[in-house]
Amino acid sequence: MTPLGALRAHAPRVVAVGASAGAVEALLDLLPELPPDLPAPVLIVVHVPRDRGSALPELFATRCAARVVEAEDKIDADAGTVYFAPSGYHLLVERDGRLALSSDELVNLSRPSIDVLFESAAYAFGPRTLGIVLSGANADGARGLACIRARGGLAWVQDPQTARMAFMPEAAIAAAHPDAVLAPSAMARTLAGWGAGS
Amino acid sequence: MTDRTTERTMPEATPPMEPPDLDLEIDLLLEAIYRKYSYDFRNHARASIRRRVLAALGSFGLDRVSLLQDRILRDAASFTALLRQLTVPVSDLFRDPSYFRALSEHVLPMLATYASLKVWVAGCSTGEEVYSLAILLDEAGLLERTLLYATDINPESLRAAEAGVYALDRVPGFTRNYQQAGGTRSLADYYTAAYGGVALDRRLRARVTFSDHCLATDQVFAEVHLVSCRNVLIYFDRDLQDRALGLFRDSLVPRGFLGLGSRETLRVSRHAGAFDEVSREERIYRRCA
Repeated sequence: MTPLGALRAHAPRVVAVGASAGAVEALLDLLPELPPDLPAPVLIVVHVPRDRGSALPELFATRCAARVVEAEDKIDADAGTVYFAPSGYHLLVERDGRLALSSDELVNLSRPSIDVLFESAAYAFGPRTLGIVLSGANADGARGLACIRARGGLAWVQDPQTARMAFMPEAAIAAAHPDAVLAPSAMARTLAGWGAGS
Repeated sequence: MTDRTTERTMPEATPPMEPPDLDLEIDLLLEAIYRKYSYDFRNHARASIRRRVLAALGSFGLDRVSLLQDRILRDAASFTALLRQLTVPVSDLFRDPSYFRALSEHVLPMLATYASLKVWVAGCSTGEEVYSLAILLDEAGLLERTLLYATDINPESLRAAEAGVYALDRVPGFTRNYQQAGGTRSLADYYTAAYGGVALDRRLRARVTFSDHCLATDQVFAEVHLVSCRNVLIYFDRDLQDRALGLFRDSLVPRGFLGLGSRETLRVSRHAGAFDEVSREERIYRRCA
């Protein structure tokens, strides 16, 4: 099945994205092309230094057709909106589609942690989850992506050759055996196609 | 962008299998805890509770939540250990320094107009927040007329809070926060070296009453001028958030202040209309008259 066919078959309730070093370049290829009528919210964890956390929503808000905001606790995650995890908090999603934050201990030396987001999404939505791992220099997200796959969800990983840091995509590929390995621009086209066809 | 991880080990190829009937068994565990020990986690945010229960399973070496339930029903010490894992204390002195700067700027000048003050730190964990506020009040010349209530559900945390002793390796971070928060002295003026760590000044502790209070089950216990409750409500579902915010509203004097965590919002609460915004960025609110 093509990535677009699989996407339509799964009809994800949430698109969960994780990235670290090289995140901005990868997200610049992915987010601006997403249509505002994408049928699911996009939740993003990027590892950033604590004092620079709030720069990402601003950076992308002006470049994206979709609405881009920083996640807040217990708000409804709206389809077609991009939510960045605030620095210093884990971002999780609940079954009712609301976002939840936590200041629990670091996971993979990170808060927010990609694994925490992915595991909560897998638990909340099972097969109706799409997890995406992008560029990065550590293995956060690999275990969470495997968890998404284990619960029947879809897993995409950035083609390591297109990533500034290949370690995170390679770790995710090894751990999760993803459904597709794609350049971020190809992910964007596929998601846009899903938006247009639903 | 920076990566914090330096380890280069590949993760395991397969995630651990999730126990069957996990949701059902977590419901039963929380009900058992409530009925046996009167701690009410039933309206805590499920995604976080699930993470913590799974982590606890690992540390107890058990593979099903029902076995954990059996253990804690029969062994109070095991319950104490579980309670520690369900109420993870994470804080620092002057955590989010800009919050304290905003209190100094917008809140303390108003509080200074009262002859005596009461402050409630709800969910005080191991005491960092209440001591930060005591220092802030001291530097504004208000501490001697203030009584601070510090409440939590975890008796171990309360004992640690009351002791006011912190590990030495945390002091540099505390000091940095204190300076960024606009501290006018040296943080070292407020502690002495003790027990391989630092003990906060007795003069600060003398103004604080520590007590057991549960936002899920207990009632209003005092009339206060400021409630500070940061990064506690994120662990609650919306119903329990509403209950807690209702308690804060009913505890506050008219025009009293409420401070929340930096990414917590009143916007989605049924009590949103009961408060005005004082500092949107720092999540400081004021009870409507």
